[in-house]
Amino acid sequence: MLRLLANRFGAMLLTMLCLTLIVFFLVNLEPNLRKLSISQTNMRASDEMIERWLDYNGYREPFLERYAQWLGVMKKQPARDVDTGEPKPRFSFCDEPPVATYSGILQGNLGCSTMFRQPIHERLLPALQSTGILMFWVMATMVPSALVIGILAGMREGTNTDRTLSVVSITSTATPEYVSGVVFTVIFASWLGWLNGSAVTATTQGVSVYNFALPVMTMAIYGMGYIARMTRASMAEVMTSQYIRTARLKGLKFHTVVLRHALRNALIAPFTVIMLQFPWLLTGVVIVEVMFRYQGFGWVLVEAAGNNDIDMLLSCSIVSVLVVLSTQMISDIGYAYLNPRIRVR
Amino acid sequence: MVEPILEIKDLNISFFTRAGEIPAVMDFSCTVMPGETMGLVGESGCGKSTVSLGIMGDLGKNGRIMSGSIKFKGKDLTQISDEEYRHLRGNEIAMIYQEPMASLNPAMKIGRQLMEVPMLHEGKSQSEAADMVIEILGAVKLPDPQRVFNSYPHQLSGGQQQRVVIAMGLLSKPSLLLLDEPTTALDVTVEAGIVELVKELAENYGTSMIFVSHNLGLILDTCDRITVMYSGEAVETGSIKGVFDQMRHPYTKGLLNSIPLPGADKNQRPLVPIRGQLPLPHQRPRGCNFGPRCDHFKADICDAGDVHMSVVSEDDRHFSRCERINEIDWDAPPEEHIISEPVKSGDVVLDVKKLKKWYEVGGGSIFGGSRHLTVKANEDISLQAREAETVAIVGESGCGKSTLAKILLGLETSTAGDAVLSGQEIGRIAVNQRTSRTVASIQMIFQNPFDTLNPSQSVGGQIIRTLEKFKIGDNTEARTQRMLELLDLVKLPREFATRMPRQLSGGQKQRIGIARAFAGEPQVVVADEPVSALDVSVQAAVTELLMDIQRQSRTTMLFISHDMSVVRYLADRVVVMYLGHIVETGSTEQVFSPPYHPYTEALLSAVPIADTSVQKRRIVLEGDIPSALNPPKGCPFVTRCQRRDSVPNDRCNTEVPKQVKLGDGHYVKCHLAQDIFDKMEPVIVVNSKRSDQKAPSQPSA
Amino acid sequence: MEYVGFGQIVLGILTQLIPVWIAIFVVMGLSWTFHRKLSLYGRIYESPAGLIGLFIVFFWLFCALFADLISPFDPLEQFAILKNKGPGVIEPTTGLVQYLGGDKFGRDVFSRMISGSQIVMVIAPAATMFAFVVGISLGLPAGYYRGKIDSILSFLANMVLAFPVILLFYLLVTPGIRETALPQSMAGVFFIFPILFFGMLFYSRFRERPQKLMWQLAIVLIFGGWVYISLVFDADPFGVLSLEPNELNIFVAVVFASSPGVFRIVRGLTMDIATRDYVAAAQTRGEIPFYVMLWEILPNARGPLIVDACLRIGYTTILLGTLGYFGLGLVPESPDWGTTIKEGSRLLRLYYHPALPPAIALMSFVLGLNLLADALREQSLKD
Repeated sequence: MLRLLANRFGAMLLTMLCLTLIVFFLVNLEPNLRKLSISQTNMRASDEMIERWLDYNGYREPFLERYAQWLGVMKKQPARDVDTGEPKPRFSFCDEPPVATYSGILQGNLGCSTMFRQPIHERLLPALQSTGILMFWVMATMVPSALVIGILAGMREGTNTDRTLSVVSITSTATPEYVSGVVFTVIFASWLGWLNGSAVTATTQGVSVYNFALPVMTMAIYGMGYIARMTRASMAEVMTSQYIRTARLKGLKFHTVVLRHALRNALIAPFTVIMLQFPWLLTGVVIVEVMFRYQGFGWVLVEAAGNNDIDMLLSCSIVSVLVVLSTQMISDIGYAYLNPRIRVR
Repeated sequence: MVEPILEIKDLNISFFTRAGEIPAVMDFSCTVMPGETMGLVGESGCGKSTVSLGIMGDLGKNGRIMSGSIKFKGKDLTQISDEEYRHLRGNEIAMIYQEPMASLNPAMKIGRQLMEVPMLHEGKSQSEAADMVIEILGAVKLPDPQRVFNSYPHQLSGGQQQRVVIAMGLLSKPSLLLLDEPTTALDVTVEAGIVELVKELAENYGTSMIFVSHNLGLILDTCDRITVMYSGEAVETGSIKGVFDQMRHPYTKGLLNSIPLPGADKNQRPLVPIRGQLPLPHQRPRGCNFGPRCDHFKADICDAGDVHMSVVSEDDRHFSRCERINEIDWDAPPEEHIISEPVKSGDVVLDVKKLKKWYEVGGGSIFGGSRHLTVKANEDISLQAREAETVAIVGESGCGKSTLAKILLGLETSTAGDAVLSGQEIGRIAVNQRTSRTVASIQMIFQNPFDTLNPSQSVGGQIIRTLEKFKIGDNTEARTQRMLELLDLVKLPREFATRMPRQLSGGQKQRIGIARAFAGEPQVVVADEPVSALDVSVQAAVTELLMDIQRQSRTTMLFISHDMSVVRYLADRVVVMYLGHIVETGSTEQVFSPPYHPYTEALLSAVPIADTSVQKRRIVLEGDIPSALNPPKGCPFVTRCQRRDSVPNDRCNTEVPKQVKLGDGHYVKCHLAQDIFDKMEPVIVVNSKRSDQKAPSQPSA
Repeated sequence: MEYVGFGQIVLGILTQLIPVWIAIFVVMGLSWTFHRKLSLYGRIYESPAGLIGLFIVFFWLFCALFADLISPFDPLEQFAILKNKGPGVIEPTTGLVQYLGGDKFGRDVFSRMISGSQIVMVIAPAATMFAFVVGISLGLPAGYYRGKIDSILSFLANMVLAFPVILLFYLLVTPGIRETALPQSMAGVFFIFPILFFGMLFYSRFRERPQKLMWQLAIVLIFGGWVYISLVFDADPFGVLSLEPNELNIFVAVVFASSPGVFRIVRGLTMDIATRDYVAAAQTRGEIPFYVMLWEILPNARGPLIVDACLRIGYTTILLGTLGYFGLGLVPESPDWGTTIKEGSRLLRLYYHPALPPAIALMSFVLGLNLLADALREQSLKD
């Protein structure tokens, strides 16, 4: 088991390295750099001014060097004032050390946000917290309901219960967040007026059913369908297996058979599925936060991308890659742990 | 008068599918007395499993008992409520079926699964139940019951799992135990152990049993009474001795003639297959179901109307469903055997010398760190095969026979040693590097007929493709012609060329597999258990076909099998393998009577034989086949050998035996002294008088 | 402004769609009559869920085909006086009705919804097909050879799957990207796969018959080469095939995001099928590995792959909607469903009629595909 862990961890690090390199490459493509410098100087800057700005701020140095600096394995040189030659911070809103130091990711320095005019972590951490709250409530609603629907449907495969629940699940896998968001807002905010169509107040005044229910519902619906379908399939497969027949032929009551024998085996697959939903939930978070104006991680990402805020984009990609890879790892470990055939030799 | 434990009268069970109602069991009657073991024999689709599921009341959504009664201890099971049924299941009636690994919950420890039974049905507390479980785990001869109690199913071997399942069935001391092909998924020597266990338990606990199987020999070994089923009906029933000595139904007789018994010989007394095919459930013939295939069929008598059971012997409760019981001459030999001359073998075609194959296991990940385990699949394999000879390679799972086959065919390459085919070295050359002539010279017939053909291509197309790869025929027309000729060779109609594999039966698919193997006029054909997955009545036909083709084309056949009866029937030479080593090799007579290596002895004893006139010495091996990842030091057979105490100084545990020559071409790998070999007795003795040779545990009927 | 009543809106829409109804009736009616002879497709007709799914899919397919015929208005035409007017409003000059109202620029919501289906119908299936070719070409060797090849390919697939889709789109599908060579080089790589795939398909089977093989390879190279040059370099000598640069962008991004999923499925299926005896039989008669992969393994994996294809077209549709929702790739006036939903949801609480129809349209199309996939899966299991 330990070997498995070490292997996966190594793969994860390598993936993170590759992915951040790719993002760094994409973010520093010529058109994106132009966009950045235009937004930082002014709309009518000439090409020459743009070039000077980029050069001054160190965007023309060799690619791999800049990547290594960002990582923190090469020392970052301080920017110098053009006239005096004294070290001067590049941006007024971020501190920078006056001497060459290691100040990259590995040292915990995420950089400077050109869009928000703040150090990254001042913007990002609270945003992550807000998103965390959202994700918590989404999981709390989505997972139990999906599991219950899946188990009920799989338990009684082929009956009307199963068919109805399956149709419900299939429908919900067909509603991405921008669709369900629109529909729910129309129904609950416009027609019925029960819920608030915007979640801005959630960040300012705190979370409540009134301002938070819509975003949570919107996100939960899409994932719920898929998890329910997978749970149903797993449950149906288990219920037709031989060892369930053995349990039945031992004379056990139906609900004992289900609860004690079937569930334990049927829930292994859904667990991994739930973990592997996280990459898609990240996309959902972005859509939902933009739609309901909730200033969490997704909203920050969209703003950063629209303005090519390089450091912020890089930090966001680290966060998302970290989330995706760790959930993958948890999924693998969980599967190995839950499945006695792998856990016990 | 003793009351029967189980009395089934005129039972009719049907299944309801999209195609309508399909009767699975018709007019079935059967009586089991207390303490009796009743055997239910038939081929696939005859309804024997359906009967046992019907008794348990577990027919599923689509099955229903249409009429008839099943009286268990006087109570009619077709009339009771679900709740009552639940109390009976696991308590008074228990069932054990085919795949032991699938029958156990993989996520629960053994102890916990078993404890459920007494806790539920007898209201025992946890500690009481635990004690009961450990006791019964010992009763089924499991070594170290405490360890088994705390294990998960996947940590046990197949044989051990099946013993656990049997233990689970016996926990609440049921009055009736149903066993549905409990040993089909197990190795032959392990099967022998289970069979012995079942017989002992029947004696000790006095449980009545119903033993369902397709193997007549197995039923002979274990049961007191027998019911033969064909296409949903019971066709003959009676005591074992009564039915086997006085067969009164053409199907039963036909079955017996198509099994290779010790008296059969491929040249003098070949197998006589039952012609025709099993009827599909919705296409049963009018009158007697067996009519179209029966040699004694007479129109207007046999197809007039439903045939009922007639009495053969009242005392013995021997009945048969045949209208012409008194008219047929039952002792006449089956219609003309085609007696052929034994084929003289030619020069050596395949010469394997000290072949070795070791596998590395684990690895392939980018980050290495793999455990380097070695599987020693083949060790020091030497054998010779001559033209037109049939060499049988015998062994159970893990003995390395499949690996040897793969090396010969080029799917793997040897680690060391030579394999020479007509002067060409092939052991080190993978199939992609061989010339098409070499590829065509050695071909294989695969085990599983249902998987041997590509489901997406037509049958004829696949043969033509094979011909193309062998560079036979200059153009498509020539190849199509040759393909049709091959279809004739395997006795299939030419229309089959355009059919898809799913339209063919198992036996027909295997014939195509044979046609494909012989397409390039090979010198050697490796047949990997070609008939073991087929029904008994089809096995004989396919085996005979194979023998015919081989005789005509003088091809060398390497016949891989674990079934000693078939091997004795058709092999000229025998090679016995165990855990990667060849433990004995020689001609069929040399190896079979008497067998010299202890493993050969045990193998011969383990195979069930459907002949009452045969007396068999019982040798049951303890333990299971060791894993190839961790073979024993010294002799590979040492962990189970029944004669290891006869060797002084504990040599079996420390030293790998050398080949000992016992005769011309007869070698054994064993430490036993020569004088012990000289005293070896045959395991199987055929008595010409069919008097009172019975297996010991036989209560009077 | 004058409006028509609710009943007339419904009637009007149904009448506008008459060509679609006729087409569905003809196709499904014919299929129903011959459904027993139509193997898997015919069996869909035996499942109620499958029928509903098929109906929905056909509906949108024919809407896309007949879009010009059934839309009362030009989807891009703006009518200042009809800004945000509700369903049933009558356009004064022509007297035609905007059945679902006008959006914030006065454009007909109904017509835009119909033309949105065209965009989906063109891009989603094509992108899915390409993703399949790429995924199959890589998944087969990974599952067959295992070992190092499998480890490397799986690592790459996992990497792409781990990449947050939204970030990928933001970085890849921007107007500025067109100035770099990136989209074209990615397209260059992806569009090679079909040529390689079909080339290898014919080569592995017919290499023993050189004459036939030459013809087949010639056709593959010429036809494939033409498509390649037209789409990647926008240099079609006949001027028939072309892709707008931003369409190419979208296409490449979507194929890139979908391929790893197909790769995984194909790899799993290959590992399973490679254990069958008929694969061993092919190997023992000397077939080259690519023959075994393409002619023995792949045809027998087609059941689950067809089901996945249906689901994946739905997934691609959702991806396209996401792109439109964030304004990436397509022009702001584009009537595709994602963009129209975004535009409509600005003032959602006041006017919901611009955003609701495209949302329901997208949902229904994906639902139809999912129902179809489910029915196919059930029917293929019953074989």
